[in-house]
Amino acid sequence: MATYILRRLLWLPILLFFVSLITFALGVYGPGDPIQVLLGLRASPETIERLRREYGFDQPFHIQYLNYVVNALQGNFGYSLVKYRDQPVGVLIAEALPVTIQLNLVAIVMGVGIGVPLGLLAGLKRGTWIDLVIRALVIAGISLPIIFLNPVLTFIFSRRHEIILTALNLKFSIGPLLPMVQGYWEGIFSAKVILPAFIESLGIIAVMTRQMRAGMIEVLSADYIRTARAKGLRERVVIVRHAMRNALIPIATILGLMLGGLVAGSFLVENWFGIPGVGQLAFDALLSRDYYITMALVLLIAVAYVLSNLLVDILYGVLDPRIRKAT
Amino acid sequence: MTTRTRLRSSSRVRLVRRFLANPPAVLGALVIFLMVIAAIFAPWIAPYAYDAQKLDYIEKPPSAAHWFGTDGLGRDMFSRIVWGARSAVFVIVMVTLVSLTIGVPLGALAGYLEGWVDTLIMRLADILFAFPGLLFVFFISATIKPGVTNWARASGLSELANSGYLDYAVVILALGVVGWAGLARLVRAQVLSIKQREYVLAARALGVPTRRIITRHILPNALTPIIVAMSMSLGDIALSEGYLSFLGIGLQPPAPSWGNIIAENAGRYWRQFPQMIWLVFIPGLVLATVVFAFNFFGDGLNEALNPEIEK
Repeated sequence: MATYILRRLLWLPILLFFVSLITFALGVYGPGDPIQVLLGLRASPETIERLRREYGFDQPFHIQYLNYVVNALQGNFGYSLVKYRDQPVGVLIAEALPVTIQLNLVAIVMGVGIGVPLGLLAGLKRGTWIDLVIRALVIAGISLPIIFLNPVLTFIFSRRHEIILTALNLKFSIGPLLPMVQGYWEGIFSAKVILPAFIESLGIIAVMTRQMRAGMIEVLSADYIRTARAKGLRERVVIVRHAMRNALIPIATILGLMLGGLVAGSFLVENWFGIPGVGQLAFDALLSRDYYITMALVLLIAVAYVLSNLLVDILYGVLDPRIRKAT
Repeated sequence: MTTRTRLRSSSRVRLVRRFLANPPAVLGALVIFLMVIAAIFAPWIAPYAYDAQKLDYIEKPPSAAHWFGTDGLGRDMFSRIVWGARSAVFVIVMVTLVSLTIGVPLGALAGYLEGWVDTLIMRLADILFAFPGLLFVFFISATIKPGVTNWARASGLSELANSGYLDYAVVILALGVVGWAGLARLVRAQVLSIKQREYVLAARALGVPTRRIITRHILPNALTPIIVAMSMSLGDIALSEGYLSFLGIGLQPPAPSWGNIIAENAGRYWRQFPQMIWLVFIPGLVLATVVFAFNFFGDGLNEALNPEIEK
């Protein structure tokens, strides 16, 4: 196991080298000069030339890349070139990252809290209409485009709703269910977090429900469940103590994989709800060719991805002794 | 030969029967069929051109003349949505072709040859996986777009460069370049297990060349999971195209794409009550229905091809 972990960790720098090289090449050879974006169309060629030299863009590619790597290894990931003029990338990310992590944590809690019970229910009531409805809901959840959910849900939840009961001659209105102002982030203890986090959690709910359902179906047909039932254990004990625990193992794995995704913000959600997180930062950087920011973010997410994969493999061995023995 | 064909056709009949027994999957297939029809016959189905403006007739609700109303520029929403089906189908088909032509040969080579070829290809896939999903697609399409445009201008194809067709090429390239990796992994895993079978060993013992073993003996037997994976990814491609266009990196207006139709209207109309229904809700619902249909279709195909999974 130790050599396995070591081998995987050794792969990390190699992966980072390639990821950084690709991103850097895309940035340098990519569209538009950040200098051009910065100075606008009317800048004189002399000014452009001077700034290019100042930022080191006139040097050959490998020198630029080497400089970048040397600086990055010292913790300096460059400066914002355009939008957040001359602010260190590290600072910008340090500001955006907590926001995205908080939002994603809420989304994961929602996803697990809704998805696992749904999957459990679907697995237990397999083949019945409950199962059918839950599965249809899950497919609906992953099919509804975020670009559709954003405006529609915002519309529904931020409006005053009038409920008219004609028969009773009653008419009353309820205020907006989630009073929210776009372009505003108040942290996770505000009602405003519910909608964006819910939209982000839909994918998680789908994965959790599917996995939990499949897990329950598989586990319930196992021999030890039959043994437990034959022993005369109560059905609740069989399900909670014997079946559910085993069905939860893959859920833990998926959760581990999601930890890597914690640092990756969703552009679509963050952009719509005006949440100043990583997704928003990446989107701004991408559009204004601010490639030091994009590079640092891509590297960050790549590291998180690799580490969370590794964590999952280790976790798997811890949770399931059978696997530990095998490796 | 005759017994073989008969066997095949009877298994095909059973497959179709199993698929038809699954109502959501059939419904999905029907929606996909309608979409393809709309895509092919868009010029005849759409009552107006997708970019025809009636400046004295803007933001009008659905009526007999304009089934889905008109947008802020007086364009017929129904026509735009029908033409949008053409964009979507075109992108889905091309992206699938691109990722198949890259992913299947690479995956098969990796699985069959193993050794350093396997390591090289799979590490390459790993690197692609390490890039954060859509971010990479955005990055690539934002990066290659000016290059492709300049290339077209330089080669005297400035007509093409200005037409918006290049946007399609950029979207397809970006999604295809990212899409092959998952497919390659799948094909590799299949090939690894199939090549241990006796009939492959027999073929190798008979001296059948490697290429022929892969294309005639291994790949046909790995087809089922490939088909299932592809059908499951079709909805994702439609979504990604929508997202790219939404963010202004994909197809550019006035080219009709469901993503940019929603994008154009969502920010402006989401809080205006009646207008948002036909300007945001309907196009969004169309995109959602199609993705829904692809997912049901994929699920149904999966169950029909692998009956032992569910039963």
